[in-house]
Amino acid sequence: MTDEVTISARNVVKAFGQGNAAVRALDDVSLDIRKGEFFTLLGPSGCGKTTLLRLIAGFEMPTEGTILLDGADITTLPPNRRPVNTVFQSYALFPHLTVAQNVAFGLQMLGRPAPEVKATTERMLALVKLEAMAGRKTSQLSGGQQQRVALARALAPQPKVLLLDEPLSALDLKLRKEMQVELKRLQTETGITFVFVTHDQEEALTMSDRIGVMSHGKLQQVGAPRDIYTRPVNRFVASFIGETNFLSGVTEGAGVRLPVGAVVPVDSPRAGTVTLAVRPEHVRIVAPGEAGAIPATVTGSVYFGTDMNYQLALADGTEIEACVVSGVTGEGALSKGEQVGLRFTPGAVQVLED
Amino acid sequence: MARARDFSVTELPGATLVSMLVFVALYAPILVLIVYSFNAGESVAVWGGLSLDWYRAAWANDQVKEATWVSLKVATGAAVLSTALATMAALGTTRRPAFRGQTFVYVMINQPLMVPEIVTAVALLLVTAAIKKATGYTGLGYLIVAHAAFCIPFAYLPIRARLEGMDLTLETAAADLYASRWQTFRRVTLPLLMPGILAGAMLAFVTSLDDVVITEFIKSPGQDTLPTYMLGQLRRAMKPDVNAISTLLLALTLVLLSAFFLLTRKRK
Ligand SMILES: Nc1ncnc2c1ncn2[C@@H]1O[C@H](COP(=O)(O)OP(=O)(O)OP(=O)(O)O)[C@@H](O)[C@H]1O
Ligand SMILES: [Mg+2]
Repeated sequence: MTDEVTISARNVVKAFGQGNAAVRALDDVSLDIRKGEFFTLLGPSGCGKTTLLRLIAGFEMPTEGTILLDGADITTLPPNRRPVNTVFQSYALFPHLTVAQNVAFGLQMLGRPAPEVKATTERMLALVKLEAMAGRKTSQLSGGQQQRVALARALAPQPKVLLLDEPLSALDLKLRKEMQVELKRLQTETGITFVFVTHDQEEALTMSDRIGVMSHGKLQQVGAPRDIYTRPVNRFVASFIGETNFLSGVTEGAGVRLPVGAVVPVDSPRAGTVTLAVRPEHVRIVAPGEAGAIPATVTGSVYFGTDMNYQLALADGTEIEACVVSGVTGEGALSKGEQVGLRFTPGAVQVLED
Repeated sequence: MARARDFSVTELPGATLVSMLVFVALYAPILVLIVYSFNAGESVAVWGGLSLDWYRAAWANDQVKEATWVSLKVATGAAVLSTALATMAALGTTRRPAFRGQTFVYVMINQPLMVPEIVTAVALLLVTAAIKKATGYTGLGYLIVAHAAFCIPFAYLPIRARLEGMDLTLETAAADLYASRWQTFRRVTLPLLMPGILAGAMLAFVTSLDDVVITEFIKSPGQDTLPTYMLGQLRRAMKPDVNAISTLLLALTLVLLSAFFLLTRKRK
């Protein structure tokens, strides 16, 4: 991976419909995707992920803005003239062709000589471990195998960018885990830039080099999985990715005073009324009355094997979740109604723009 | 112990019996026709033993051969022409968002199904007579074009049904894989549409083969098709070779309709 940009979206707007009934599926999206990276678009249903992918593929034209590929404007180029291929959610394999003919299709349309088509097709089938299925009709394959054919078909013409729209959502959990590893392997082996769409945050966190979190047609945050997880820029990102406790308070010096009176020290204060975000694993339960700890009451607990999740309430009713590693024998387990003190791991408290 | 039958709101007493009677009424005459085509006797409707005489007689009759030939030529020409036009019409009417006047276009394409055939026949007669006078051409072209005209809706319906059931993402995928519009049509749309096109062509062929009214109006002398030849025989003493010819026509139609059924049946 380099810092060189492959796909660049500049102030892209996509509106469906006219006048008052128009839906802004994409609202001023600007984004740079780097050469060779595994980039994931993550967001809830209807946030515009597919729309952005379709604009990059050329199936749709933006209402405003431009899309660049390696610096060249491709905004109005038809899909068959873009060196970009798509793995469709429904696979969209040609039912009248065999597996090998499906994989060869793109190369043939590009007018590559027959020996090259044959060699590349074989190489691609080997890459997705489907050599034995070359002569089959696609309807005779399992869902996972069809998925692999779709991948091989899209990779065969060696596109500059591969677009994948929730390619794993139709697979069962076990197969999905396998394909996640497989996809990552293919991406590393081919070095092709992948733009991957999902609404599964775990999938996004484990697979991506960088993630773009979307909501309501807007790009909320772009960054490496760790950045997004540990430094969410706003409440949406913090709550969409992982579990988060939110606390509101007023900035006071180098900390934030909560309504219950305690002051939480923060790294980068922001003036006025702010929202604090703390992951459950950064909430520590200490003895009640310990200096600087926030008094709280245990209201419930859930046992997760290695972890223990406690629900707690502050004096003003604010609910807090804490995740602690549980001892083997369960010693020190807290019971409902117990009074405790809470501390937050230093540096793990995020101050959000509200 | 006999179980009491469940009460059913959808069952109308006697409906089953009536349907069975209708069924008999539909097929009994055809059965009689088939049986009598193997009659050894001289009369159309008096049984005189089993034989293939009338098939032999029909086979030996030059007029029958000539009419069969005309029928096949006209039906083939009409099927090809109407299927090509119907394919274009189906592509033009389904591959786009709903447009103003869409229903009107559908109705216009299907109008030969609703306008009384005799009206179409008279209208076509007027036009062909004028053209014949102007050009002097008296070939089979008139019959082929006239048949194609009323065969279009029969060819159109299965093609449109096939197109509407087709997954548009397949064409999107082809475009994504560098196929031009024409290549997408040739390599993806057309092969997937083929069963619909063949089914449409078969329906058109059968429809043309069966036509009497329009053919009777348009044909030039010596252009009898099998149905109009048989109609002509009716005016004289009818011989049982008509039974044999009808049975053969029926057999051909059944073969084509079975093929049609196989082509349009939903897979899986
Ligand atoms: N062709 C269209 N016509 C009208 N509205 C559309 C069209 N395509 C998408 N939209 C709207 O644009 C918004 C974004 O849709 P999009 O398909 O990009 O969402 P998504 O993030 O891919 O969602 P999902 O996770 O459910 O696939 C939605 O509100 C959708 O209704
Ligand atoms: Mg989508």
